[in-house]
Amino acid sequence: MEAKEVIFQGLELKQKDLIHLLHRVQAQYGYIPVDIVEEIAQRLRISAAEVFGVLTFYKAFALEPRGQHTVTICLGTACHVRGGKQIVEEAERRLNIRAGQTTPDRKFSLETVNCLGCCAIGPVVVVDGVYHSHVTIDQVEKILKETSSAEEGQ
Amino acid sequence: MKPLRSPQELSAWQAEIVASRPPKSKTVVVSSGTCGQASGSLDILQAFREELRSRQLESKIGLRVTGCHGCCEMEPNIIIEPERIFYKNLKPKDVPQIIEETLLAGKIIPSLVYHDPNTRQAYSPQPAIPFYTRQLRWLTEANFYLDPTSLEDYIALGGYQALAKALFSFQPEEVIQEIAAAKLRGRGGAGFPTGQKWKICREARAKHKFIICNADEGDPGAYMDRSLLEGNPHSVIEGMIIGAYAIGATEGFIYVRMEYPLAVKHVTLALEQARQANLLGSSILGSSFSFDIHVVQGAGAFVSGEETSLMASIEGRRAFPRQRPPFPAQSGLWGYPTNINNVETWANVPLIIKNGAPWFSQVGTEQSKGTKIFSLVGKINNTGLVEVPIGITLREIIYEIGGGIKDGRSFKAVQTGGPSGGCLPASMLDLPVDYDTLTKAGSIMGSGGMIVMDEATCMVDVARYFLNFTQEESCGKCVPCRIGTRQMVEILNRIVAGKGEEGDLEKLANLAQTVKSASLCGLGQTAPNPVLTTLRYFRDEYEAHIKEKSCPALVCKDLIIYYIDPEKCVGCLLCLKSCPTGAISGERKKPHHINQQLCIKCGACLEKCPRKVQAISKLTGRKRDEILAAEEKSHHSRIGL
Repeated sequence: MEAKEVIFQGLELKQKDLIHLLHRVQAQYGYIPVDIVEEIAQRLRISAAEVFGVLTFYKAFALEPRGQHTVTICLGTACHVRGGKQIVEEAERRLNIRAGQTTPDRKFSLETVNCLGCCAIGPVVVVDGVYHSHVTIDQVEKILKETSSAEEGQ
Repeated sequence: MKPLRSPQELSAWQAEIVASRPPKSKTVVVSSGTCGQASGSLDILQAFREELRSRQLESKIGLRVTGCHGCCEMEPNIIIEPERIFYKNLKPKDVPQIIEETLLAGKIIPSLVYHDPNTRQAYSPQPAIPFYTRQLRWLTEANFYLDPTSLEDYIALGGYQALAKALFSFQPEEVIQEIAAAKLRGRGGAGFPTGQKWKICREARAKHKFIICNADEGDPGAYMDRSLLEGNPHSVIEGMIIGAYAIGATEGFIYVRMEYPLAVKHVTLALEQARQANLLGSSILGSSFSFDIHVVQGAGAFVSGEETSLMASIEGRRAFPRQRPPFPAQSGLWGYPTNINNVETWANVPLIIKNGAPWFSQVGTEQSKGTKIFSLVGKINNTGLVEVPIGITLREIIYEIGGGIKDGRSFKAVQTGGPSGGCLPASMLDLPVDYDTLTKAGSIMGSGGMIVMDEATCMVDVARYFLNFTQEESCGKCVPCRIGTRQMVEILNRIVAGKGEEGDLEKLANLAQTVKSASLCGLGQTAPNPVLTTLRYFRDEYEAHIKEKSCPALVCKDLIIYYIDPEKCVGCLLCLKSCPTGAISGERKKPHHINQQLCIKCGACLEKCPRKVQAISKLTGRKRDEILAAEEKSHHSRIGL
């Protein structure tokens, strides 16, 4: 089956499936390609404007491709009072991008999140799903370097 | 797994499971919720698996992977049954020693047991640890005993017996009466009586009715719902099926935020198991009642936690709230009557049906019964999830269970209820925690986040943090919330940048009242609470920022400088090397110096300065001005002015 067909598989194709569909597209492509938006709109019998409206409302979806590695830094309250913001600033400095952006070589996307619910171990940095706990400013560089070198080693 | 066709088959299966499990002499229980996994619990588990296999002990020593044990600060941790020996903060290299000394020789390893951070006294076994002794773990205790991916474990503990009782011994109205008599109130924050909510939905006339479990736990600093869904998903599902029977609903939804991948995984698996065992689907347990539940994953919008927004999100639209009435119980999902309860509320339902309303209402205050789970986080010694009887005081939670403030600092405030709540000062520590008392004090119980702050927390910064959060998460539908919160954030940004003006606080309070009274949904109506409570209890801090341009807690970047005391500096070069902007100059064994023009105040130098040296400090107010003036003077003299 074509990759695109898998996305629509097993759904009733009603508006209630829209967010679920967008999650699948985001997981498959790393972003929401514009031509798929048109297709989703047609299949769900809603306007493309409606689909754009939904996908731009939720933070989970991006219209631009993300980097190879996603670095997510928690800015929940517990992480905030333990210096999470300084961790973000350090990562911004090291990667030379702002939170929410992707490096020009598409290697890293830097994101912040409002709480991952593991407040005891903050500040928390998640790289490609791997959680790093009690992160200090000093460790940011190491975490980023490990991510780059792990990939070269493959 | 065979489908269960009657309550008798359920009981028979339970007996069968219990009988098939010969009491193993020893079982190692590995806490493995999100916090545990983030701290390395999976490595511990792997180490146990390998060691037990290589020593051929697999048949003698059991291994159980569970959800969170609540004491997040001590992750990764294990409990060894039957003695309940508790070992904390483990490393994989500790595993062989645990097997040899504890599991085989029966000796306790003193270095791995819990020590009170203040008194250094050792505590073992697990139930003796002060963190646990003051708790009443009605909902969370089962997390010790069950593998969340095993329906058999839940059944063995008497799971789904409450459902069988409701379906075969109660009329739907009687279930509602029981819940109402128990005085269960919504654990999502607002505290609406659950029985009453169900009754309204039951009485609504419609072809379809829906129920929803709100697991869009968006409040930063609260994670009890995550822990329940991860650690004991069947308890929530059982509660929902009982609720659906009482209300007459045909379909249910669990709306989980996407930031909780492990919860989504466990709850999806649990639903599949329940379907296979005929606990969901048509003619549940052989009764005439049919019902099914679907999981819907959120997509990262805080406002989806508001009930009308949540329904819009399930329908596949933008999560915009709408005007109430009509309330969801009359017109909810796709216009049908819908009952929405929070995860923790649903998890309480089986307990009430199983043990009866009189049992449930034995603890609590006059108006609020049962227990509440709080997430105790921030600058506290024993961070974690604590379940306590409603009505316990803040002091008991923070000092007796939480073990007091971290690093011997002093308590300044506790923030309850997330971005919708407020900050309460030390004078409020003896307040009994319940919906009504907290609201009276200007805060709310909310979902149960409790963020403890010490003297190194700036209350103005905290207020700005929360308001910034709600402002970013405002959906933009109504003007007071969209524009009002923005204006408030701008004033607060000015204040923390040292550009606050006379009259700012009055403007803030005024705007806060407008946003509170004129916003459409709960997000806007409660957004000003952090500002209002900090203004009420910590006004002097705001005034220090505005009048003296100083931040007494040494947090606000624009109001502080980092300074190296030449008397204390030993010239070790550590800070110099860590400085990302080259602002620090100096030679080995000579005092270093920070060029304030280049310093970006990242704090890396302070982190690096050895604890026994402590030459670097943060300064604000008059002391800061003196250093800056001296620096300017020496700069001028150098360039010959």
